[in-house]
Amino acid sequence: MVLRLLKYGLRSDYPVTGDIPVTPTLKPAYDVVIIGAGGHGLACAHYLSKYHGIHDVAVLDKGWLAGGNTARNTTTIRSNYITPQGIAFYKEGVTLYEAMSEELDFNVMFSQRGQLTFAHSEATLRSFHLRAETGRHMGIGIEVVDQKGVEALCPHLNMDYGGALEVLGGLWHPDGGTARHDAVAWGYAAQAARRGVEIHQRTEVTAIEVAGGRVQAVVTNRGRIAAGQVMIACGGMNYDMALKAGVELPIRCYPLQAMVTQPVKPWLHTLVSSVSLHTYLVQSSRGEMVIGGGSDPYQLYSTRSTLDMKEHLAEGAVHLFPFLKNLRLLRQWAGITDMTPDYSPIMGESPVDGLWLDCGWGTWGFKATPVAGKRMAECIATGRVPEILQPFALERFERFALLNEMGATAASH
Amino acid sequence: MKLLSCPLNGPRNIEEFQYLGPLRGRPDPDALSDADWARHLFRAENRPGAMLEWWRHRPSNYVFLAERHTVTNAVIRTFDPSELEPGA
Ligand SMILES: Cc1cc2nc3c(=O)[nH]c(=O)nc-3n(C[C@H](O)[C@H](O)[C@H](O)COP(=O)(O)OP(=O)(O)OC[C@H]3O[C@@H](n4cnc5c(N)ncnc54)[C@H](O)[C@@H]3O)c2cc1C
Repeated sequence: MVLRLLKYGLRSDYPVTGDIPVTPTLKPAYDVVIIGAGGHGLACAHYLSKYHGIHDVAVLDKGWLAGGNTARNTTTIRSNYITPQGIAFYKEGVTLYEAMSEELDFNVMFSQRGQLTFAHSEATLRSFHLRAETGRHMGIGIEVVDQKGVEALCPHLNMDYGGALEVLGGLWHPDGGTARHDAVAWGYAAQAARRGVEIHQRTEVTAIEVAGGRVQAVVTNRGRIAAGQVMIACGGMNYDMALKAGVELPIRCYPLQAMVTQPVKPWLHTLVSSVSLHTYLVQSSRGEMVIGGGSDPYQLYSTRSTLDMKEHLAEGAVHLFPFLKNLRLLRQWAGITDMTPDYSPIMGESPVDGLWLDCGWGTWGFKATPVAGKRMAECIATGRVPEILQPFALERFERFALLNEMGATAASH
Repeated sequence: MKLLSCPLNGPRNIEEFQYLGPLRGRPDPDALSDADWARHLFRAENRPGAMLEWWRHRPSNYVFLAERHTVTNAVIRTFDPSELEPGA
């Protein structure tokens, strides 16, 4: 990669390569149809074509490439979850991010700066100890740090000594980091396209045909496509899409809002998060302060922002770092998040043969983009659900085998 | 500021209210299979469109129903639970 970069830099004409081909004409049938060209759908297409020899794949998106939650997320990547099943899964995700730029031959700017979560109460601190013990047992980097430790890791923080929101300690997760979300999607898209995968933008799925308990075809605004297998990876529209095949998912949709400030010089190295304030911050590579994440308090299919939510985020950010008060907001946005009852995703088989689910990614799915893509490709290619995905099956709800990650996702990312 | 019209207190700032989720049936747990009971517990109305849902006005602790469109966010009507048609 370095040598190639040097060679490119020394050229006089800097040639442009078109990574993603224009939308081709739609064929009447494909072996695999993936609904949703977000990070998840594109990653799955990459793994299918590179590792399983499956090239007759169409990835369909009603909008433009990765314009859903992949474009709207705040790019926190971490594995400090609560359940052993969750940690094992997200740990594989972090490992794949570490190698992603090489894998995709595309710089995704993975920046493993570590994540620090603050405890403002004894109860939170106790829950951190449990997470640290479980995490260490599962082999991730995680430890509880005291006030001195927090100050050392994050010297600009308002510790609020003696105040109502005194920082009592923190959960330090050196494996945590961020990556450039567009690059992740484009990298997977470019690789998949190079191996014959067709990416169809502005192709909206309006119906899914099922006969004899098996998926037959999808109907789009550009025509009907017969499909051997279909995967649903529609982000905020997962509930609605599954319903088109008669599958009712335990999902409720809420907008999640975030925002960025004007750029400033680098000052915040770690990713920081406060459970009590429902606020987290990271400084982007452009210097902007990325601030998230407030979920609207009621169900809604909308990507509008609201003043009250932005005020709430600003309040949390300014409490943690009072000197931010003079910064101006540059952009604000929201994405529709598909929330499950236990804050864990729904992956694997559906009640319809040949219809695969990569759903329930809510406020936490960007970090899982590579691992979900890799493991869902394995499902499609082999017809078997790998062990690491089995706990996330839809039928866990019928078995009352929920995977409660609410405490690890409460600050919504 | 978004307003919600409370059947008891009239139009109030929506921040005074708590959302309690979609209206759901009240099946007899003994009459249901485990699968149907799980469905009752974990699945809730989430279709894009008009939906009946519970709200509470916090200061007066008054619980009522609203019909709201989950795409446009328009509140179609709010009403006292006693006005709920049977079977709704
Ligand atoms: C504000 C915000 C902050 C977040 N922060 C984080 C974070 O810090 N860390 C983290 O891990 N996760 C985060 N998330 C969650 C994360 O963004 C998502 O879980 C993840 O991006 C999901 O990726 P996806 O590819 O499954 O879905 P998406 O990227 O949403 O892609 C789904 C695609 O499906 C398409 N589609 C929908 N309906 C149809 C149809 N009928 N026909 C064809 N195509 C259709 C859409 O156009 C879209 O492009 C955040 C989310 C939001 C909204």
